[in-house]
This record gives sequence, C-alpha cells and structure tokens, in this order.
Amino acid sequence: MKSDVVIVGGGVNGCALAYRLAKKGLKVILVERRFLTSGATGACGAGIRQQWSTKENTKLAIDSVKHFEKFSRELGMDIDFRQGGYLIINHDEKEVEQSKKNIKMQRSLGLDVRFIDRDEINDIVPILDVEGMHAIGATFCPTDGHANPFKTTFALAKAARRYGANIMTHTTLTDIVVENHRVKKVKTTNGSIETDAVVNAAGAWSKKIAEMVGIDIPNTPFRKEIMVTERLKLMFEAMVISFKDGIYFSQQKEGHILGGLPIPEEREGYNFMPTFMFLTHMAKTLTRYVPSLKYINMVRHWTGFYDVTPDARPILGESEEVKGFIHCHGFSGHGFMLSPKVSEVLAEYIADDKKDEILDSLSLKRFKTGKFTREKSVVG
Amino acid sequence: MKTVIVCRCEDITEKEIVDAIHAGYTDFEELRKNLRIGMGPCQGRVCIPLVKKILQRETGRKVEENPTVRPPVVPIPLGMLTKGWENEE
Ligand SMILES: Cc1cc2nc3c(=O)[nH]c(=O)nc-3n(C[C@H](O)[C@H](O)[C@H](O)COP(=O)(O)OP(=O)(O)OC[C@H]3O[C@@H](n4cnc5c(N)ncnc54)[C@H](O)[C@@H]3O)c2cc1C
Ligand code: FES
Repeated sequence: MKSDVVIVGGGVNGCALAYRLAKKGLKVILVERRFLTSGATGACGAGIRQQWSTKENTKLAIDSVKHFEKFSRELGMDIDFRQGGYLIINHDEKEVEQSKKNIKMQRSLGLDVRFIDRDEINDIVPILDVEGMHAIGATFCPTDGHANPFKTTFALAKAARRYGANIMTHTTLTDIVVENHRVKKVKTTNGSIETDAVVNAAGAWSKKIAEMVGIDIPNTPFRKEIMVTERLKLMFEAMVISFKDGIYFSQQKEGHILGGLPIPEEREGYNFMPTFMFLTHMAKTLTRYVPSLKYINMVRHWTGFYDVTPDARPILGESEEVKGFIHCHGFSGHGFMLSPKVSEVLAEYIADDKKDEILDSLSLKRFKTGKFTREKSVVG
Repeated sequence: MKTVIVCRCEDITEKEIVDAIHAGYTDFEELRKNLRIGMGPCQGRVCIPLVKKILQRETGRKVEENPTVRPPVVPIPLGMLTKGWENEE
C-alpha cells in the first residue's frame, strides 16, 4: 500500500484530520487498532468551552465553535451540537481575580463572556444550590456548549470516506521506518504502507508511537472517571464546572446528567478500573451542588484517559528531528472541543505548506526551551 | 416492518438498527455507540443479545464482541452513594 499521509488513531482528532486532508485531495489512510471512538473520544464529557486562561487554547476553541456550528450541515449528519453555555463557579476572591483577567483576554479575542454575581447564578441554572456550592460569583459564556462525540466522530469519518479516505479499523500500527531522518514507511497488522507523513493522533498511547521514531514526548496518561444518571426531564442547558472542586456536569439532550471529577489520589498510568472512591466523591459533590439529585439514580460509570502535557496544552506540528512525523496529541482533557480547528491547522500545514503561528507556540520544542505558559483552567 | 422495540431503556427500534447497519455501521461497537444501545439502566442485558442477532442476520458475519458491563451493576440513588463505603477503592 501507498499513501500521502497515514494517521494513527481513530478518535475525533484522527477522523477530523482524515476528513480535512481527503477533502483537499490527498490520499489518506487512517489506522485504528480497535473501533472508531474506542479511545478517550468515546469516554468523553462532550463539553465545548471557549473560556480558557491561555490565548492559544481560547483561540483554538473559539475557531472550533465556528466549525461546530456548521458541522451538522457540512458533514450531512446531526452531531447534536447545543449551545447552552458554560457556567464556571467561583468560590473565592483569588478565583474572581483570575476570572477577570481571563475575561479580559477572552473578550479581546472577540468572545461574548461575562462575570455574573452570586444572585444571578440561579437565573442561568435554577437547580443549583448557591450556598451549598460556596459560590461567590461565576463566569458565563452563552456560546459554549456540547455535542455528541460519537456522532461527531462518525460524521467526520463518513465524510472522510466520501472524499476517498481509507479508514482501517481493527488495524494496529506496529512500527515506523525512518531513513535519513525522514518517515519512509509504516508497518501495521494489516500490511505495510509507504508514506512520507505519519500523524500521531493516538491519544494517551501517543508516547508509544513517538518511541517508534525515537522521540520522547513528555505526556503522561491519567485515568479519569465519569458517570451518568438516569434520564430526567430537561432542567438546565449550561455545563456547570468548578476548577476548585474539579467537578463538571451537564444535562445531555436525552436528559441524562453526565459529569465527573478527579479523585484525590489519582496516579498516572494505564489503570482503567473504575473506583468506589469516585462514586462517593462525585455523589457528595454533585448533591452539594444540586441537592435534589439525591433521589436520582446513577446508571453507569466508566473511565478514560487524559493525555496530559506539562502545560496542559496540546503538542502540534511536525517534528524537527524526524521529517514527516507530525504531532497531534497531549490534549490534556480538552481534545474533543479543539479538534475542528486543530485539524484545520494541521491539514493546511500538511497539504498547503501553510504554517499557522499557533504551531510555533504549541510545538514540542517549547518544553526544551522552557518557553511555555501553563493552562490554569482545567477540570476533571 | 412492524415497530419492534429492541432496546427498551433507550427506546430504539429494530428498524433504526437495521437502517444504521445499512448506512455502514457494521462494527458492533460503532453501531451500539451511534444509537446508544445498551447505555440504559439495564446496561444492555436485555438488548445486546438481540442486537448481535440482528447484526449477524444483516451482515451474514459472526459477531464476537462482548461489551463490558460498567459498574454499578444496578442503578443506585446518588443520595445513597454519599453515605458509607468511605474507605473502599
Ligand atoms: C472522562 C473524560 C472526559 C472528557 N471530557 C472532555 C470534554 O468535556 N471536552 C473535551 O473537549 N474533551 C474531553 N475529554 C478529552 C477528550 O476526550 C480527548 O482529548 C479527545 O477525545 C482526544 O481525541 P483523540 O482523537 O486525540 O484521541 P483518542 O480518542 O484517545 O483516540 C486515539 C486512538 O488511537 C488508537 N490507537 C492507539 N494506539 C494505536 C496503534 N498503535 N495503532 C492504531 N491505533 C492506535 C486508540 O485505540 C484510540 O482510539 C475528556 C476525556 C475523558 C477521559
Ligand atoms: S434494553 Fe438496551 S440498555 Fe436496557
């Protein structure tokens, strides 16, 4: 087999990039070792937020929302995109100070976001217990929201196939052959593919793919737990999050309340067993935020992996050591919402030789030079 | 086709399943996730065997996958979870 580009990983990022490259007329093969959405994408909280502390994440998210708004029509399949906003609860003065700084930067990038007082919180999400949450205020952006990660990924894959991409599921990438510091060929469980470019979109397993070409990336996998309740009548539209408590939850279109938070002693590694500690911790925090949920059943609980980098921002762009090896990983728990713009930037780089400046600030090199800013607005 | 509900928890009909298979969702897991089959309170104990049969019938291919049943095994009210089990992992 031969291909212009080989993409490793059938999550939302791999599929989005396959779609964009195939649409530009490139020959694309995507390999996924299990099924599409079997990685973090299928475990994800579905949230789409533009309120970040770093400019790079905010920009990527704002541009991604513009794509999400068009995706259902563009891809020919409904991805259940809903814009109910994100309500970020603030608990102390220090948080409020940071929020005001963030809002200033976010507004300078054109985002409609504002600070709201404690007594306005219930106007947005009536069922919240302001007292129980220890809230003193919040920030709100009405164009944040969520979409169905399965449908988004399947819609992208379907559109990619329409443009001729070959998406091979149940196919594992086993090795990458490099000659004279250039990608030459990849080996998979379903044959070898000659190619000049390999995109590493393998999520929490990206480190293993990078090792195949002798590159060490500073990513660590972290187990994250998430749960869903039975269906309820629709009560609120906004995603509610708190950086201090680490909690996030929203009500999905079908009526389920979906949410998660980190357990105190989470360690890095590939342990995927769900814990009781999560359940009690989640139930306590969630019922403190919304006491009426006490009587509601939790029906499922599962885990997935965050692929975390030292500054909680993704690593994107071509490697300097190995030409044709392209990074697309390290999303640190927010890779679903950034995928529309990330895939656009990378597709323009690969197909049109256009280099967006964001690829400089999010290159792997930043960890060597030490020139990076940590993203502070993380949950889960 | 008569309306036959296959997944009672998520309210999914046989027709929806057959249509999805014909639209290209022939991977058992992808079919399931696209339609939310097995994501209800019974965690697929009722519907998964039926969906497997339908997929086998429509594709003429044997379906091996056995999806994981996630905890809890039965639904639990959140209020109950806030008490006890403090020290368990
Ligand atoms: C509990 C949880 C909640 C989250 N909530 C949100 C949220 O609300 N909003 C948000 O934006 N993000 C969220 N995220 C993060 C988001 O899910 C991920 O950042 C995103 O899905 C990453 O997509 P991806 O395509 O890069 O990687 P993945 O979806 O992980 O895909 C990587 C794929 O690579 C495949 N693979 C690995 N090795 C190989 C190999 N050798 N050969 C072939 N294939 C291979 C894997 O099987 C996998 O399917 C959450 C994550 C978790 C775990
Ligand atoms: S019948 Fe399908 S999940 Fe219960």
